[in-house]
Amino acid sequence: MIKNRLKRRYLFEKIFRFMGLSAVVTALAMLAILFLTIISNGYSAFKQTYIRLTVTLDEEVIDPDGARNPDTLSSANYSGIVKKTLRKIFPDVKSRRDKRELYSLVSQGASFQLRDIIMDNPDIIGETVTIWVPADDDIDMLFKGYIKRSTPENERRVSDKKIAWIDVLLNEGAIKKRFNSTFFTSGDSREPELAGIYGALKGSIYTMIVTLLLSFPLGVATAVYLEEFAPVNRFTDIIEVNINNLAAVPSIVFGLLGLTIFLSFFGLPRSAPVVGGLVLTLMTLPTVIIASRAALKSVPPSIREAALGVGASKMQSVLHHVLPLAMPGMLTGTIIGMARALGETAPLLMIGMVAFIVDIPKGFFDPSTVLPVQIYLWADSPERAFLERTSATIIVLLAFLIIMNALAVVLRKKFERRW
Amino acid sequence: MNPNFDDIGETIGAPLLENGSAKINCNDVNVFYDDKHAIRKVSVDIGKNEVTAFIGPSGCGKSTFLRCINRMNDTITSCRVTGEVNIDNINIYNNELDVVLLRARVGMVFQKPNPFPKSIYENVAYGPKIHGLAQNKAELDEIVYTSLEKAGLLEEVKDRINQPGTGLSGGQQQRLCIARAIAVHPEVILMDEPCSALDPIATAKIEELIDELKQNYTIIIVTHSMQQAARVSQRTAFFHLGYLVECDDTKRIFTTPDHKLTQDYITGRYG
Ligand SMILES: Nc1ncnc2c1ncn2[C@@H]1O[C@H](COP(=O)(O)OP(=O)(O)OP(=O)(O)O)[C@@H](O)[C@H]1O
Ligand SMILES: [Mg+2]
Repeated sequence: MIKNRLKRRYLFEKIFRFMGLSAVVTALAMLAILFLTIISNGYSAFKQTYIRLTVTLDEEVIDPDGARNPDTLSSANYSGIVKKTLRKIFPDVKSRRDKRELYSLVSQGASFQLRDIIMDNPDIIGETVTIWVPADDDIDMLFKGYIKRSTPENERRVSDKKIAWIDVLLNEGAIKKRFNSTFFTSGDSREPELAGIYGALKGSIYTMIVTLLLSFPLGVATAVYLEEFAPVNRFTDIIEVNINNLAAVPSIVFGLLGLTIFLSFFGLPRSAPVVGGLVLTLMTLPTVIIASRAALKSVPPSIREAALGVGASKMQSVLHHVLPLAMPGMLTGTIIGMARALGETAPLLMIGMVAFIVDIPKGFFDPSTVLPVQIYLWADSPERAFLERTSATIIVLLAFLIIMNALAVVLRKKFERRW
Repeated sequence: MNPNFDDIGETIGAPLLENGSAKINCNDVNVFYDDKHAIRKVSVDIGKNEVTAFIGPSGCGKSTFLRCINRMNDTITSCRVTGEVNIDNINIYNNELDVVLLRARVGMVFQKPNPFPKSIYENVAYGPKIHGLAQNKAELDEIVYTSLEKAGLLEEVKDRINQPGTGLSGGQQQRLCIARAIAVHPEVILMDEPCSALDPIATAKIEELIDELKQNYTIIIVTHSMQQAARVSQRTAFFHLGYLVECDDTKRIFTTPDHKLTQDYITGRYG
């Protein structure tokens, strides 16, 4: 009898273990597929096709009066110089239409690049320099194999003529893929080859700083008050229920709240990381509070009694003994909340962080966007080149997340005492 | 059904001491947990510099009564105390009294050893630190070492004083808790079944320690061991269902108890 049942009990255990294992394996496989797709779509964006130009910095064009006046220098006709350089490489291109097509080989960024070189060092005027300028995004896509030479010309974004020119450049070694530093150093742009995530990355960092600085201390203090000091009555019961409810509120609602309170009522600037941080704080606080309370609850009461027993005040027993023991759990809760906040898009759309912003934010009040919103913006773009940048941004976002988590694990280890 | 239940009324024996020799005087103490009446009209004196043992069946209110003496019951929200507990003729339940100061004067050792998850040194140093008993590191060291010495632990831990207190054995941990309690120089030490988690050797050590400590401190010990009560205490109080049934010299309680309940309990006929 017992033996029979024993068999069944073991069988049940076996089935359960098998199901658990297969669930874990499936989840891991999905995760691996996700990572593989993102990485295989995105890694090519870390390289960019550049074209070598040997530019003569003609003083006649750049600085006719020779005064080296910064205003003159910055408004000179650099795109004319770039065009001239291209015409020199392909002297037999004559018709207007062909010329226009020729000019579109290189990115508009080439002339900005020239200007920056001159502004940095005006002494160089009159000399001939060799620079690598980004190629147009269509050329880049052709180079990376996303636009195929085998497709018929009328369906291809790059004409046969352009391909011929590129082959010439290729033979001279004047076109090649290099590390795409633009992606990490510039803000958004309408031109994929000039677009970067630096603005969004800084926006994310500023927003996260605000969120962390507000939600961690506020959340921990609230949890400590509710758990250790507040009397147990109807009022605190209501607070507790509502905090739990807040944790389940859709995030876009917090965006609307931020729009009315922070923007309309307090008149804080639109699209600013400080407002984003405030909104995300509202969203993160309940998570932090709930996790912190659970951490406080798990501290054995005997520790509190021990502290009170030697004459510590309530505050001392909490600060000296309970809080340090609860800290690892509180940090875990904060990480979970922050990770969610880092990936949040919807509430930030409501407060205008979705705007097209080229400038890199310099502080908490500058208009900016954040990484997930940047992903959302680029994912919408028709250009193929933005597609790979979308995946590349996801990689950066994931890296950001991993770094943040690693940091938190280190912190937690520091607080966690094994005795 | 307990046949002698109706007999319990006034405490018999000698609950009150002659004038002057009482450190603590409890007067008509009642304790309620919400509606539950856990301590009923207990009046008793605790003698200065002697050991008083609280005995009685489980759930009779020994711990509850003990925790009234340093107002540890304040931490339980449902708990309500009425009556007077006078220490040196001052009612500790009056409004002006500072609970933190009271707990510095009335130390407590708990049933389960509960050292802080910190080093041995910090465990003992914590009390003196928060009360500002030491001006400098040397004085603090002095307090820590003498407390450990008095608790009979110094020999065993002196070369690992900076290691975690939770790494000690159960008996050592309990003596560490005693050292922690005496480091703040209390006048009274309350011990709630300090030996219940310990083996006979560790128990013997702590009993020895209690015997020494009574020269300087007033000690109350809750115990389930009749032998222990008989060995360490001068006076014994027997509780039953929240009543203090009998209180007298330990010798008399264990030889000629007046109440039948007491007799049944100490002879083991009542569990
Ligand atoms: N926090 C509490 N809330 C409600 N009732 C309590 C609480 N603590 C104790 N009681 C009740 O008060 C009565 C006395 O409990 P107490 O802990 O003082 O008994 P005790 O004599 O110390 O028992 P033991 O020998 O088992 O430790 C018991 O009936 C118990 O159920
Ligand atoms: Mg007890």
